[in-house]
Amino acid sequence: MIELRDVHKSFGPKQVLRGVDLTIERGKSMVIIGGSGTGKSVTLKCVLGLIEADTGLVTVDGQDVTRLRQGSSERDAFLARFGMLFQGGALFDSLSVWQNVAFRLLRGSLKKPKEEAREIAIEKLRRVGLTPDVADLFPAELSGGMQKRVGLARAIAAEPEIIFFDEPTTGLDPIMSGVINELIREIVVEMGATAMTITHDMTSVRAIADDVAMLHGGKIRWTGPVAEMDASGDPYVAQFISGSAEGPIETVR
Amino acid sequence: MSLLAAIGRVVLGFLAAIGRVALFAFETVSHLFRPPYYPREVAHALLQIGYFSLPVVGLTTIFTGGALALQIYAGGARFSAEAVVPQIVAIGMVRELGPVLVGLMIAARVTSSIAAEIATMKVTEQIDALVTLSTNPMKYLTLPRVLAATLVMPVLVAVGNIIGIMGGYLVGVNRLGFNAGTYLRNTIDFLEPSDIATSLAKGAVFGFLAALMGCYFGMRSGRGAQGVGRATKSAVVAASVLILAANFLLTELFFAA
Ligand SMILES: Nc1ncnc2c1ncn2[C@@H]1O[C@H](COP(=O)(O)OP(=O)(O)OP(=O)(O)O)[C@@H](O)[C@H]1O
Ligand SMILES: [Mg+2]
Repeated sequence: MIELRDVHKSFGPKQVLRGVDLTIERGKSMVIIGGSGTGKSVTLKCVLGLIEADTGLVTVDGQDVTRLRQGSSERDAFLARFGMLFQGGALFDSLSVWQNVAFRLLRGSLKKPKEEAREIAIEKLRRVGLTPDVADLFPAELSGGMQKRVGLARAIAAEPEIIFFDEPTTGLDPIMSGVINELIREIVVEMGATAMTITHDMTSVRAIADDVAMLHGGKIRWTGPVAEMDASGDPYVAQFISGSAEGPIETVR
Repeated sequence: MSLLAAIGRVVLGFLAAIGRVALFAFETVSHLFRPPYYPREVAHALLQIGYFSLPVVGLTTIFTGGALALQIYAGGARFSAEAVVPQIVAIGMVRELGPVLVGLMIAARVTSSIAAEIATMKVTEQIDALVTLSTNPMKYLTLPRVLAATLVMPVLVAVGNIIGIMGGYLVGVNRLGFNAGTYLRNTIDFLEPSDIATSLAKGAVFGFLAALMGCYFGMRSGRGAQGVGRATKSAVVAASVLILAANFLLTELFFAA
Protein backbone atom coordinates (compact mmCIF):
# COMPACT_ATOMS: atom_id res chain seq x y z
CA MET A 1 0.00 0.00 0.00
CA ILE A 2 1.28 3.40 -0.98
CA GLU A 3 0.28 6.42 1.06
CA LEU A 4 0.96 10.08 0.53
CA ARG A 5 0.09 12.41 3.40
CA ASP A 6 0.09 16.17 2.98
CA VAL A 7 2.96 16.16 0.50
CA HIS A 8 4.29 19.57 -0.48
CA LYS A 9 6.85 20.33 -3.15
CA SER A 10 8.06 23.64 -4.58
CA PHE A 11 10.68 24.42 -7.18
CA GLY A 12 12.01 27.81 -6.17
CA PRO A 13 9.03 30.12 -5.84
CA LYS A 14 6.82 27.74 -7.81
CA GLN A 15 4.54 25.63 -5.63
CA VAL A 16 3.73 22.43 -7.46
CA LEU A 17 2.30 20.11 -4.80
CA ARG A 18 0.35 21.76 -1.99
CA GLY A 19 -0.70 18.93 0.26
CA VAL A 20 -1.34 15.79 -1.74
CA ASP A 21 -3.19 13.03 0.09
CA LEU A 22 -3.52 9.76 -1.74
CA THR A 23 -3.80 6.08 -0.91
CA ILE A 24 -3.18 3.27 -3.35
CA GLU A 25 -4.25 -0.14 -2.12
CA ARG A 26 -2.06 -3.13 -2.78
CA GLY A 27 -2.93 -4.92 -6.02
CA LYS A 28 -5.04 -2.04 -7.27
CA SER A 29 -4.61 0.07 -10.35
CA MET A 30 -4.73 3.79 -9.62
CA VAL A 31 -4.88 6.25 -12.46
CA ILE A 32 -3.96 9.88 -11.92
CA ILE A 33 -5.46 12.42 -14.24
CA GLY A 34 -5.02 16.15 -14.30
CA GLY A 35 -4.00 19.02 -16.49
CA SER A 36 -0.59 19.33 -18.05
CA GLY A 37 1.98 20.74 -15.61
CA THR A 38 -0.04 20.09 -12.47
CA GLY A 39 2.64 17.89 -10.94
CA LYS A 40 1.61 14.35 -11.78
CA SER A 41 5.10 13.27 -12.77
CA VAL A 42 6.51 15.04 -9.72
CA THR A 43 4.12 13.04 -7.52
CA LEU A 44 5.40 9.73 -8.90
CA LYS A 45 8.99 10.84 -8.45
CA CYS A 46 8.30 11.78 -4.84
CA VAL A 47 7.17 8.24 -4.14
CA LEU A 48 10.33 6.85 -5.70
CA GLY A 49 12.46 9.36 -3.82
CA LEU A 50 13.87 10.78 -7.08
CA ILE A 51 12.53 14.12 -5.91
CA GLU A 52 12.50 14.89 -2.23
CA ALA A 53 9.22 16.26 -0.96
CA ASP A 54 9.59 19.47 1.05
CA THR A 55 7.21 18.31 3.74
CA GLY A 56 4.76 15.49 4.17
CA LEU A 57 4.94 11.75 4.46
CA VAL A 58 5.29 9.10 1.77
CA THR A 59 5.08 5.49 2.90
CA VAL A 60 5.15 2.21 1.04
CA ASP A 61 3.81 -0.68 3.12
CA GLY A 62 4.34 1.46 6.19
CA GLN A 63 7.98 2.19 5.35
CA ASP A 64 8.87 5.87 5.28
CA VAL A 65 10.38 6.53 1.86
CA THR A 66 12.06 9.79 2.84
CA ARG A 67 14.10 7.99 5.51
CA LEU A 68 15.90 5.80 2.97
CA ARG A 69 19.33 7.24 2.44
CA GLN A 70 20.43 7.64 -1.15
CA GLY A 71 22.63 4.77 -2.25
CA SER A 72 21.97 2.70 0.88
CA SER A 73 21.27 -0.99 0.50
CA GLU A 74 17.79 -0.55 2.03
CA ARG A 75 16.99 1.91 -0.70
CA ASP A 76 18.28 -0.47 -3.37
CA ALA A 77 16.12 -3.21 -1.93
CA PHE A 78 13.17 -0.82 -1.82
CA LEU A 79 13.67 0.20 -5.44
CA ALA A 80 14.06 -3.41 -6.54
CA ARG A 81 10.32 -3.78 -5.93
CA PHE A 82 9.52 -0.99 -8.39
CA GLY A 83 9.32 -0.60 -12.12
CA MET A 84 8.97 2.79 -13.70
CA LEU A 85 8.13 3.93 -17.19
CA PHE A 86 9.35 7.50 -17.60
CA GLN A 87 7.33 10.02 -19.54
CA GLY A 88 10.19 10.53 -21.99
CA GLY A 89 11.21 6.86 -22.10
CA ALA A 90 14.62 7.57 -20.49
CA LEU A 91 16.24 4.73 -22.38
CA PHE A 92 20.02 4.42 -22.05
CA ASP A 93 21.22 5.50 -25.44
CA SER A 94 24.60 3.83 -25.05
CA LEU A 95 22.96 0.41 -24.74
CA SER A 96 21.04 -1.60 -27.33
CA VAL A 97 17.32 -2.14 -26.97
CA TRP A 98 17.55 -5.60 -25.45
CA GLN A 99 20.26 -4.49 -23.02
CA ASN A 100 17.98 -1.67 -21.95
CA VAL A 101 15.09 -4.02 -21.34
CA ALA A 102 17.25 -6.56 -19.54
CA PHE A 103 19.22 -3.94 -17.59
CA ARG A 104 18.23 -5.32 -14.22
CA LEU A 105 18.74 -8.89 -15.31
CA LEU A 106 22.31 -8.25 -16.43
CA ARG A 107 23.66 -6.95 -13.11
CA GLY A 108 22.99 -6.77 -9.42
CA SER A 109 20.93 -9.13 -7.31
CA LEU A 110 18.70 -10.33 -10.16
CA LYS A 111 21.61 -11.19 -12.42
CA LYS A 112 20.94 -13.94 -14.94
CA PRO A 113 23.07 -15.54 -17.66
CA LYS A 114 23.28 -13.32 -20.73
CA GLU A 115 21.40 -15.70 -23.03
CA GLU A 116 18.53 -16.05 -20.61
CA ALA A 117 18.36 -12.30 -20.02
CA ARG A 118 18.19 -11.72 -23.75
CA GLU A 119 15.40 -14.23 -24.13
CA ILE A 120 13.39 -12.56 -21.39
CA ALA A 121 13.99 -9.18 -23.00
CA ILE A 122 12.74 -10.41 -26.35
CA GLU A 123 9.68 -11.93 -24.72
CA LYS A 124 8.91 -8.61 -22.98
CA LEU A 125 9.41 -6.75 -26.24
CA ARG A 126 6.90 -9.07 -27.88
CA ARG A 127 4.40 -8.27 -25.15
CA VAL A 128 4.59 -4.58 -25.95
CA GLY A 129 4.13 -5.34 -29.64
CA LEU A 130 7.73 -5.16 -30.82
CA THR A 131 9.38 -7.78 -33.03
CA PRO A 132 12.68 -9.45 -32.05
CA ASP A 133 14.57 -7.61 -34.78
CA VAL A 134 14.44 -4.34 -32.82
CA ALA A 135 16.38 -6.04 -30.00
CA ASP A 136 19.77 -5.15 -31.43
CA LEU A 137 18.94 -1.62 -32.50
CA PHE A 138 19.83 1.40 -30.43
CA PRO A 139 17.17 3.67 -28.88
CA ALA A 140 18.08 6.54 -31.23
CA GLU A 141 17.08 4.32 -34.17
CA LEU A 142 13.50 3.90 -32.92
CA SER A 143 10.42 6.05 -33.35
CA GLY A 144 9.00 7.89 -30.33
CA GLY A 145 6.20 5.37 -29.82
CA MET A 146 8.62 2.46 -30.13
CA GLN A 147 10.91 4.04 -27.52
CA LYS A 148 7.94 4.38 -25.21
CA ARG A 149 7.15 0.70 -25.60
CA VAL A 150 10.76 -0.31 -24.98
CA GLY A 151 10.60 1.78 -21.81
CA LEU A 152 7.47 -0.11 -20.86
CA ALA A 153 9.16 -3.44 -21.54
CA ARG A 154 12.07 -2.36 -19.33
CA ALA A 155 9.71 -1.34 -16.52
CA ILE A 156 8.04 -4.76 -16.44
CA ALA A 157 11.10 -6.89 -17.27
CA ALA A 158 11.98 -7.85 -13.71
CA GLU A 159 8.31 -8.39 -12.81
CA PRO A 160 8.13 -5.77 -10.09
CA GLU A 161 5.39 -5.66 -7.45
CA ILE A 162 4.75 -1.97 -7.93
CA ILE A 163 4.75 -0.34 -11.33
CA PHE A 164 4.49 3.31 -12.27
CA PHE A 165 3.56 4.27 -15.79
CA ASP A 166 3.97 7.89 -16.79
CA GLU A 167 1.76 8.35 -19.85
CA PRO A 168 2.15 4.87 -21.30
CA THR A 169 -0.01 5.45 -24.37
CA THR A 170 0.94 8.99 -25.34
CA GLY A 171 2.25 8.99 -28.89
CA LEU A 172 0.87 5.57 -29.77
CA ASP A 173 -1.71 4.76 -32.42
CA PRO A 174 -5.16 3.71 -31.12
CA ILE A 175 -4.59 0.01 -31.75
CA MET A 176 -1.24 -0.01 -29.99
CA SER A 177 -2.80 2.01 -27.15
CA GLY A 178 -5.37 -0.74 -26.81
CA VAL A 179 -2.64 -3.38 -26.66
CA ILE A 180 -0.78 -1.43 -23.95
CA ASN A 181 -3.94 -0.82 -21.93
CA GLU A 182 -4.66 -4.53 -21.99
CA LEU A 183 -1.09 -5.31 -20.99
CA ILE A 184 -1.26 -3.01 -17.97
CA ARG A 185 -4.59 -4.51 -16.93
CA GLU A 186 -3.09 -7.98 -17.31
CA ILE A 187 -0.08 -7.12 -15.17
CA VAL A 188 -2.34 -5.92 -12.37
CA VAL A 189 -4.82 -8.78 -12.56
CA GLU A 190 -2.51 -11.69 -13.30
CA MET A 191 0.66 -10.68 -11.51
CA GLY A 192 -1.16 -8.92 -8.70
CA ALA A 193 0.99 -5.86 -9.12
CA THR A 194 0.11 -2.44 -7.75
CA ALA A 195 0.04 0.10 -10.54
CA MET A 196 0.01 3.86 -10.61
CA THR A 197 -0.58 5.28 -14.07
CA ILE A 198 -0.64 8.83 -15.33
CA THR A 199 -2.62 9.39 -18.46
CA HIS A 200 -4.56 12.01 -20.36
CA ASP A 201 -6.36 9.46 -22.45
CA MET A 202 -9.87 8.85 -21.07
CA THR A 203 -10.21 5.57 -23.00
CA SER A 204 -7.08 4.42 -21.19
CA VAL A 205 -8.47 5.53 -17.85
CA ARG A 206 -11.56 3.40 -18.30
CA ALA A 207 -9.54 0.44 -19.51
CA ILE A 208 -6.85 0.48 -16.84
CA ALA A 209 -8.23 1.98 -13.66
CA ASP A 210 -9.69 0.50 -10.52
CA ASP A 211 -9.51 3.91 -8.91
CA VAL A 212 -9.05 7.37 -10.29
CA ALA A 213 -7.58 10.46 -8.69
CA MET A 214 -7.60 13.90 -10.16
CA LEU A 215 -4.75 16.27 -9.35
CA HIS A 216 -5.54 19.95 -9.61
CA GLY A 217 -4.04 23.01 -7.98
CA GLY A 218 -1.43 20.92 -6.19
CA LYS A 219 -4.01 18.79 -4.39
CA ILE A 220 -6.05 15.70 -5.07
CA ARG A 221 -9.29 17.25 -6.19
CA TRP A 222 -11.28 14.04 -6.35
CA THR A 223 -10.61 10.36 -5.89
CA GLY A 224 -12.83 7.32 -6.15
CA PRO A 225 -13.58 4.13 -8.07
CA VAL A 226 -13.59 4.49 -11.84
CA ALA A 227 -17.28 3.56 -11.98
CA GLU A 228 -18.15 6.65 -9.98
CA MET A 229 -16.06 8.97 -12.06
CA ASP A 230 -18.87 10.01 -14.43
CA ALA A 231 -21.19 10.79 -11.55
CA SER A 232 -18.56 12.43 -9.36
CA GLY A 233 -20.53 15.64 -9.11
CA ASP A 234 -17.25 17.53 -9.24
CA PRO A 235 -17.23 20.21 -11.94
CA TYR A 236 -13.45 19.91 -12.40
CA VAL A 237 -13.62 16.17 -12.99
CA ALA A 238 -16.62 16.58 -15.25
CA GLN A 239 -14.86 19.18 -17.35
CA PHE A 240 -11.72 17.05 -17.59
CA ILE A 241 -13.65 13.98 -18.71
CA SER A 242 -15.62 15.84 -21.33
CA GLY A 243 -12.60 17.82 -22.49
CA SER A 244 -14.65 20.97 -22.66
CA ALA A 245 -13.04 24.39 -22.73
CA GLU A 246 -15.93 25.70 -20.63
CA GLY A 247 -15.70 25.11 -16.91
CA PRO A 248 -13.78 25.88 -13.74
CA ILE A 249 -10.39 24.71 -15.06
CA GLU A 250 -8.52 27.62 -16.61
CA THR A 251 -7.28 26.99 -20.12
CA VAL A 252 -4.28 29.26 -19.72
CA ARG A 253 -1.90 28.11 -16.99
CA MET B 1 27.86 47.64 3.24
CA SER B 2 26.18 46.13 0.21
CA LEU B 3 29.61 45.74 -1.38
CA LEU B 4 30.83 43.84 1.67
CA ALA B 5 27.74 41.71 1.56
CA ALA B 6 28.31 40.99 -2.10
CA ILE B 7 31.92 39.99 -1.49
CA GLY B 8 30.83 37.88 1.45
CA ARG B 9 28.27 36.12 -0.70
CA VAL B 10 30.81 35.33 -3.40
CA VAL B 11 33.30 34.00 -0.88
CA LEU B 12 30.67 31.91 0.87
CA GLY B 13 29.44 30.59 -2.45
CA PHE B 14 32.98 29.68 -3.42
CA LEU B 15 33.60 27.88 -0.13
CA ALA B 16 30.32 26.02 -0.45
CA ALA B 17 31.30 24.93 -3.97
CA ILE B 18 34.64 23.63 -2.70
CA GLY B 19 32.82 21.74 0.02
CA ARG B 20 30.42 20.18 -2.50
CA VAL B 21 33.25 19.12 -4.80
CA ALA B 22 35.19 17.67 -1.87
CA LEU B 23 32.14 15.69 -0.74
CA PHE B 24 31.57 14.48 -4.28
CA ALA B 25 35.22 13.38 -4.53
CA PHE B 26 35.01 11.67 -1.17
CA GLU B 27 31.85 9.82 -2.13
CA THR B 28 33.36 8.74 -5.44
CA VAL B 29 36.42 7.31 -3.75
CA SER B 30 34.35 5.63 -1.06
CA HIS B 31 32.59 3.55 -3.72
CA LEU B 32 35.98 2.04 -4.49
CA PHE B 33 35.58 0.07 -1.26
CA ARG B 34 31.92 -0.81 -1.55
CA PRO B 35 30.60 -3.31 -4.08
CA PRO B 36 28.94 -3.80 -6.48
CA TYR B 37 31.51 -2.93 -9.11
CA TYR B 38 31.04 -2.49 -12.81
CA PRO B 39 34.23 -3.75 -14.48
CA ARG B 40 32.76 -3.48 -17.97
CA GLU B 41 32.20 0.21 -17.45
CA VAL B 42 35.77 0.64 -16.25
CA ALA B 43 37.10 -1.20 -19.30
CA HIS B 44 34.99 0.93 -21.58
CA ALA B 45 36.21 4.11 -19.89
CA LEU B 46 39.84 2.96 -20.10
CA LEU B 47 39.42 2.51 -23.83
CA GLN B 48 37.66 5.83 -24.32
CA ILE B 49 39.94 7.89 -22.11
CA GLY B 50 43.22 6.12 -22.69
CA TYR B 51 43.45 4.55 -26.10
CA PHE B 52 41.45 7.10 -28.06
CA SER B 53 43.39 10.01 -26.53
CA LEU B 54 46.72 8.76 -27.86
CA PRO B 55 46.65 10.68 -31.18
CA VAL B 56 45.87 13.97 -29.46
CA VAL B 57 48.57 13.41 -26.86
CA GLY B 58 51.13 12.49 -29.49
CA LEU B 59 50.40 15.48 -31.71
CA THR B 60 50.46 18.02 -28.89
CA THR B 61 53.67 16.83 -27.32
CA ILE B 62 55.68 16.23 -30.49
CA PHE B 63 55.20 19.83 -31.65
CA THR B 64 55.89 21.20 -28.21
CA GLY B 65 59.08 19.18 -27.82
CA GLY B 66 60.25 20.40 -31.22
CA ALA B 67 59.44 24.03 -30.47
CA LEU B 68 61.16 23.78 -27.11
CA ALA B 69 64.39 22.55 -28.73
CA LEU B 70 64.33 25.41 -31.25
CA GLN B 71 63.62 27.97 -28.56
CA ILE B 72 66.39 26.83 -26.25
CA TYR B 73 68.85 26.81 -29.11
CA ALA B 74 67.75 30.29 -30.23
CA GLY B 75 67.78 31.55 -26.67
CA GLY B 76 71.56 31.61 -26.40
CA ALA B 77 72.50 28.09 -25.52
CA ARG B 78 74.61 27.82 -28.66
CA PHE B 79 77.94 27.32 -26.88
CA SER B 80 77.24 23.95 -25.37
CA ALA B 81 74.02 23.48 -27.28
CA GLU B 82 74.59 19.83 -27.91
CA ALA B 83 74.43 19.15 -24.16
CA VAL B 84 72.02 21.86 -23.03
CA VAL B 85 69.22 21.39 -25.56
CA PRO B 86 68.55 17.70 -24.85
CA GLN B 87 68.81 18.29 -21.11
CA ILE B 88 66.35 21.14 -21.00
CA VAL B 89 63.97 19.47 -23.40
CA ALA B 90 64.00 16.35 -21.25
CA ILE B 91 63.60 18.20 -17.97
CA GLY B 92 61.02 20.60 -19.33
CA MET B 93 58.94 17.89 -20.92
CA VAL B 94 59.05 15.36 -18.12
CA ARG B 95 58.75 17.70 -15.15
CA GLU B 96 56.25 20.24 -16.43
CA LEU B 97 55.10 20.32 -20.03
CA GLY B 98 54.32 16.65 -20.49
CA PRO B 99 51.90 16.30 -17.56
CA VAL B 100 50.40 19.77 -18.00
CA LEU B 101 49.85 19.53 -21.73
CA VAL B 102 48.45 16.04 -21.55
CA GLY B 103 46.30 17.12 -18.60
CA LEU B 104 44.88 20.07 -20.50
CA MET B 105 44.24 17.99 -23.60
CA ILE B 106 42.42 15.45 -21.46
CA ALA B 107 40.40 18.27 -19.93
CA ALA B 108 39.42 19.34 -23.42
CA ARG B 109 38.73 15.90 -24.79
CA VAL B 110 37.64 13.75 -21.89
CA THR B 111 36.18 16.16 -19.33
CA SER B 112 33.97 17.74 -21.97
CA SER B 113 32.68 14.44 -23.29
CA ILE B 114 32.06 13.05 -19.80
CA ALA B 115 30.23 16.20 -18.74
CA ALA B 116 28.12 16.35 -21.88
CA GLU B 117 27.26 12.66 -21.72
CA ILE B 118 26.28 12.63 -18.05
CA ALA B 119 24.45 15.96 -18.32
CA THR B 120 22.43 14.63 -21.25
CA MET B 121 21.64 11.52 -19.25
CA LYS B 122 20.51 13.72 -16.40
CA VAL B 123 18.36 15.93 -18.61
CA THR B 124 16.69 12.98 -20.34
CA GLU B 125 15.99 11.30 -16.97
CA GLN B 126 18.41 8.46 -17.67
CA ILE B 127 20.07 9.08 -14.30
CA ASP B 128 16.68 8.77 -12.60
CA ALA B 129 16.06 5.62 -14.60
CA LEU B 130 19.35 4.17 -13.35
CA VAL B 131 18.29 4.83 -9.78
CA THR B 132 14.92 3.14 -10.27
CA LEU B 133 16.77 0.15 -11.71
CA SER B 134 18.62 -0.14 -8.37
CA THR B 135 21.87 1.07 -9.88
CA ASN B 136 23.78 3.82 -8.11
CA PRO B 137 24.87 6.40 -10.71
CA MET B 138 27.95 7.19 -8.65
CA LYS B 139 29.03 3.57 -8.90
CA TYR B 140 27.92 3.01 -12.46
CA LEU B 141 28.92 6.30 -14.09
CA THR B 142 31.28 8.30 -11.88
CA LEU B 143 33.62 5.77 -10.30
CA PRO B 144 34.49 3.91 -13.54
CA ARG B 145 35.36 7.15 -15.33
CA VAL B 146 37.36 8.64 -12.46
CA LEU B 147 39.16 5.36 -11.79
CA ALA B 148 39.98 4.83 -15.45
CA ALA B 149 41.27 8.36 -15.90
CA THR B 150 43.44 8.13 -12.78
CA LEU B 151 44.92 4.82 -13.91
CA VAL B 152 45.46 5.64 -17.54
CA MET B 153 46.73 9.21 -17.30
CA PRO B 154 50.22 8.21 -16.08
CA VAL B 155 50.50 6.03 -19.16
CA LEU B 156 49.40 8.88 -21.40
CA VAL B 157 51.86 11.21 -19.71
CA ALA B 158 54.67 8.67 -20.20
CA VAL B 159 53.79 8.40 -23.87
CA GLY B 160 53.57 12.19 -24.10
CA ASN B 161 56.97 12.59 -22.47
CA ILE B 162 58.59 10.14 -24.84
CA ILE B 163 57.02 11.70 -27.92
CA GLY B 164 57.86 15.20 -26.71
CA ILE B 165 61.50 14.22 -26.23
CA MET B 166 61.37 12.66 -29.67
CA GLY B 167 60.12 15.96 -31.07
CA GLY B 168 63.15 17.67 -29.56
CA TYR B 169 65.38 14.93 -30.90
CA LEU B 170 64.02 15.24 -34.43
CA VAL B 171 64.56 18.98 -34.42
CA GLY B 172 67.98 18.66 -32.79
CA VAL B 173 69.27 16.02 -35.19
CA ASN B 174 67.65 17.24 -38.41
CA ARG B 175 67.52 21.01 -38.02
CA LEU B 176 70.33 21.83 -35.61
CA GLY B 177 72.73 19.16 -36.79
CA PHE B 178 73.33 17.42 -33.44
CA ASN B 179 74.75 13.95 -33.23
CA ALA B 180 71.92 11.45 -32.67
CA GLY B 181 73.78 9.24 -30.20
CA THR B 182 75.00 12.16 -28.13
CA TYR B 183 71.50 13.62 -27.97
CA LEU B 184 70.02 10.43 -26.59
CA ARG B 185 72.87 9.90 -24.15
CA ASN B 186 72.52 13.43 -22.81
CA THR B 187 68.78 12.96 -22.37
CA ILE B 188 69.12 9.71 -20.50
CA ASP B 189 72.04 10.84 -18.36
CA PHE B 190 70.29 13.90 -17.17
CA LEU B 191 66.88 12.48 -16.27
CA GLU B 192 66.53 11.22 -12.71
CA PRO B 193 64.14 8.38 -11.89
CA SER B 194 62.45 10.77 -9.44
CA ASP B 195 61.67 13.14 -12.35
CA ILE B 196 59.80 10.36 -14.08
CA ALA B 197 58.02 9.27 -10.92
CA THR B 198 56.77 12.78 -10.17
CA SER B 199 55.73 13.22 -13.78
CA LEU B 200 53.56 10.12 -13.63
CA ALA B 201 52.19 11.09 -10.21
CA LYS B 202 51.14 14.44 -11.62
CA GLY B 203 49.44 12.57 -14.44
CA ALA B 204 47.42 10.49 -12.01
CA VAL B 205 46.28 13.56 -10.08
CA PHE B 206 45.34 15.43 -13.25
CA GLY B 207 43.42 12.43 -14.59
CA PHE B 208 41.48 12.20 -11.35
CA LEU B 209 40.64 15.91 -11.45
CA ALA B 210 39.66 15.90 -15.12
CA ALA B 211 37.22 13.01 -14.84
CA LEU B 212 35.89 14.17 -11.47
CA MET B 213 35.00 17.60 -12.84
CA GLY B 214 33.27 16.07 -15.85
CA CYS B 215 31.14 13.86 -13.61
CA TYR B 216 30.47 16.55 -11.01
CA PHE B 217 29.19 19.17 -13.42
CA GLY B 218 27.37 16.56 -15.50
CA MET B 219 25.49 15.25 -12.47
CA ARG B 220 24.52 18.77 -11.44
CA SER B 221 23.42 19.85 -14.89
CA GLY B 222 20.43 22.14 -15.20
CA ARG B 223 17.51 21.31 -17.45
CA GLY B 224 17.47 21.37 -21.22
CA ALA B 225 20.13 21.79 -23.89
CA GLN B 226 21.28 24.98 -22.21
CA GLY B 227 21.92 23.06 -19.00
CA VAL B 228 24.08 20.56 -20.88
CA GLY B 229 26.06 23.33 -22.55
CA ARG B 230 26.65 25.13 -19.30
CA ALA B 231 27.66 21.95 -17.49
CA THR B 232 30.19 21.11 -20.20
CA LYS B 233 31.71 24.58 -20.22
CA SER B 234 31.97 24.76 -16.43
CA ALA B 235 33.51 21.30 -16.27
CA VAL B 236 36.24 22.09 -18.78
CA VAL B 237 37.06 25.43 -17.18
CA ALA B 238 37.14 23.96 -13.68
CA ALA B 239 39.24 20.99 -14.77
CA SER B 240 41.77 23.19 -16.57
CA VAL B 241 42.15 25.61 -13.69
CA LEU B 242 42.38 22.83 -11.12
CA ILE B 243 44.99 21.01 -13.19
CA LEU B 244 47.17 24.11 -13.44
CA ALA B 245 46.74 24.90 -9.75
CA ALA B 246 47.49 21.33 -8.76
CA ASN B 247 50.53 21.37 -11.00
CA PHE B 248 51.87 24.38 -9.16
CA LEU B 249 51.27 22.77 -5.78
CA LEU B 250 52.84 19.48 -6.83
CA THR B 251 55.89 21.22 -8.28
CA GLU B 252 56.22 23.14 -5.04
CA LEU B 253 55.92 19.90 -3.11
CA PHE B 254 58.34 17.84 -5.21
CA PHE B 255 60.98 20.28 -6.37
CA ALA B 256 61.14 23.30 -4.08
CA ALA B 257 63.54 21.83 -1.58
N1 LIG C 1 13.31 19.34 -11.68
C1 LIG C 1 12.46 20.37 -11.78
N2 LIG C 1 12.91 21.63 -11.59
C2 LIG C 1 12.08 22.69 -11.67
N3 LIG C 1 10.78 22.60 -11.95
C3 LIG C 1 10.26 21.38 -12.16
C4 LIG C 1 11.06 20.21 -12.08
N4 LIG C 1 10.29 19.14 -12.35
C5 LIG C 1 9.05 19.62 -12.57
N5 LIG C 1 9.03 20.96 -12.45
C6 LIG C 1 7.84 21.83 -12.59
O1 LIG C 1 6.80 21.23 -11.88
C7 LIG C 1 5.58 21.35 -12.57
C8 LIG C 1 4.90 20.02 -12.68
O2 LIG C 1 5.67 19.18 -13.51
P1 LIG C 1 5.22 17.72 -13.90
O3 LIG C 1 6.26 17.19 -14.83
O4 LIG C 1 4.94 16.94 -12.68
O5 LIG C 1 3.87 17.97 -14.68
P2 LIG C 1 2.84 16.88 -15.20
O6 LIG C 1 1.62 16.98 -14.37
O7 LIG C 1 3.49 15.57 -15.27
O8 LIG C 1 2.52 17.44 -16.65
P3 LIG C 1 2.40 16.65 -18.04
O9 LIG C 1 1.06 16.06 -18.08
O10 LIG C 1 2.56 17.73 -19.05
O11 LIG C 1 3.49 15.65 -18.05
C9 LIG C 1 5.90 21.97 -13.92
O12 LIG C 1 5.46 23.30 -13.89
C10 LIG C 1 7.40 21.93 -14.02
O13 LIG C 1 7.85 23.10 -14.61
MG1 LIG D 1 4.33 14.43 -16.66
